[in-house]
Amino acid sequence: MTQTITVGSPDDVSASTLSGRKLPGYTVPALAVAAAAVTALLFAVTGLQGRADFVVVAVLLLVAGLTALSFAVEGRRQAKDRLFTTLVMAAFVLAVTPLLLIIGFAVKRGAGSITGKFLTVSMFRVDTDEPGGGIYHAIVGTLEQSLLATLIAAPLGILAAVYLVEYGGGRPFARLVSFFVDVMTGVPSIVAGLFVYTAWILVLGFGKSGFAGSLALLILMLPVVIRSTEEMLKLVPNELREASYALGVPKWRTILRIVLPTALGGIVTGVMLGVARIMGETAPLLLLVGINEKIQYSPFAFGKNPHPQESLPTYVYEQFRDAVGNPDSPAAHRAWGAALTLIIIIGLLNALARLIARFARVRT
Amino acid sequence: MSQPTIGGSSTPSTTPLPRASDISGSAIRPGDRVFRGISIAAGATVLAVMAAIAAFLVYKASPALRADTVNFLTFKQWFPDETPSQFGIAAMLFHTLVTGLLAMLIAVPVALGIALFINYYAPRRLSGGLGYLVDLLAAVPSVIYGLWGYFFLAPQMTGLVRWLDNYFGWTVIFNYRPENRPNNLSDFTAGVVLAIMILPIISAISREVFRQVPRDQVEAALALGATRWEMIRTAVLPFGRGGVVSASILGLGRALGETLAVTIVLSSAYGISAHITENGGVTFASNIALKYGEAGTIGTGALIAAGLCLFIITLAVNFSAQLIIRRQKGA
Repeated sequence: MTQTITVGSPDDVSASTLSGRKLPGYTVPALAVAAAAVTALLFAVTGLQGRADFVVVAVLLLVAGLTALSFAVEGRRQAKDRLFTTLVMAAFVLAVTPLLLIIGFAVKRGAGSITGKFLTVSMFRVDTDEPGGGIYHAIVGTLEQSLLATLIAAPLGILAAVYLVEYGGGRPFARLVSFFVDVMTGVPSIVAGLFVYTAWILVLGFGKSGFAGSLALLILMLPVVIRSTEEMLKLVPNELREASYALGVPKWRTILRIVLPTALGGIVTGVMLGVARIMGETAPLLLLVGINEKIQYSPFAFGKNPHPQESLPTYVYEQFRDAVGNPDSPAAHRAWGAALTLIIIIGLLNALARLIARFARVRT
Repeated sequence: MSQPTIGGSSTPSTTPLPRASDISGSAIRPGDRVFRGISIAAGATVLAVMAAIAAFLVYKASPALRADTVNFLTFKQWFPDETPSQFGIAAMLFHTLVTGLLAMLIAVPVALGIALFINYYAPRRLSGGLGYLVDLLAAVPSVIYGLWGYFFLAPQMTGLVRWLDNYFGWTVIFNYRPENRPNNLSDFTAGVVLAIMILPIISAISREVFRQVPRDQVEAALALGATRWEMIRTAVLPFGRGGVVSASILGLGRALGETLAVTIVLSSAYGISAHITENGGVTFASNIALKYGEAGTIGTGALIAAGLCLFIITLAVNFSAQLIIRRQKGA
């Protein structure tokens, strides 16, 4: 290479001599076709079968072929780069596949069950082996329980975040709280459920109710709200606070009138993502709320008597238990119908939250 | 809090031009004190709840633990309501750890790939949308993963499990004696479902960590002629190691405590077997979900004891993850 540079004018230094040899752009698609053909041949000869197996074998062949070819033409370093590029891409495809499979499977199994009647009637006097019945009572329960949990968790979480950002300022106590917020994120839902079960039902002696379920849900939601609100408050520029102080506004009014409104969009997004997370929780509700085939509008129990209320996740689980071993039973269809409804509700909440996040960013 | 308290200095009406000392004296007003108090109380709730969880679980678990006539840690079966009361967590501990570790082993490489893909391979305009797509996996409720695992995945796993038995049966782990059942309701299948469930959290944290890799180091590596992979190996991975480790541990914590998906997918059996592809097993969480309905007084206490064990394990796991994250941040 050195001769070329010493000899010539810039025109002589053609790209081909300076950069190493590269595989042409059509290599990958061409190799893919070749890999598929070889796999087809292999399957015909050895009697392997299955669509998933075919894809796996073909992709492995493609990766091996591409790496070998690149090693021969482009050298070791480029071959390694190509190998890892394909691996990283494969990882991504591998992750998105189950998402599509789950949603596709739910739509395929559940879409047929969702009718106007399914959404507006309960399971009262419906035999589990018979078709019919609906999820109205479960939708009512899920909405009420999530709403109750949010009504408590949102203000509490926002205030805790205000403490961490506006008052804590790196004090040991604030650091301790912040640490335990992160640890609390990892509390399993069944443990939260058991805790409320011991404290609320065994020790205090209340009956099972939708509200008991909300108590467990709020434990799960609280750290999510605190963490996201904290992030949003940190984004509020200090100039806004200082301008407010300079005008003689007390700190608490500054927080309420300047800081929180500025971050409102992000806070709402965080709360909604928290709601979306708890809406699908099942385990604590099984322990604390029980199941009820009738429509139950009140989430509160007065006194010791259990006051069960249905919810979408527990409904899905109950119907599943009736459908074990029989994927085409009416119960299985109801389970998938309710599951799809739940996915749609949570998906809508998520989409709405992202939309709010996009249009109400912290104004800096 | 070094300022003087409001005391008697906040009397602006008597002096038309307040002196400097008066102004600093009135910096904290009653409204401030109240609001500050409320927000501190809200912050303290977090600590109170965590303490209360531990206290109530211990309080209600201890009578059952005293009634237990066998070793709580090494006994495999679960008969708390019989006389004599016999129950232990050995089987649960085993299957909880096996499914959790399996999920982590499968999920971590894939999650790393996702995080690298989104940050360094995908077109910039697409990367946000792709991240959202992976986050959507986290929005699918646990019970639906269970349903999908039972009706869709378990039947599909049989082929893979037989293949593993054929070629890797000698490792004992993958040894599989078929029981003529169409579904594979094993630790292995449960681990795969859990892996899908913890992918989003591991990849989200890794993505965040990789995004903080100093831009100039990345550019420097590329400018020295490194290929993209060499740049990732020399600049990105060393920087992100701590973050990825703690993300994996957090994912493990999620997997250990996951309830409904495991309850549905794993066919319940109180045994310990090294053959992870064979049906049967029970975890802390699935045991609670399966037995709460029929539990008597001691049975309930025993389940609370199991919940306490799960709480302690996940607490330890999350503690270590947070300590690693914080040390990384401090450095």
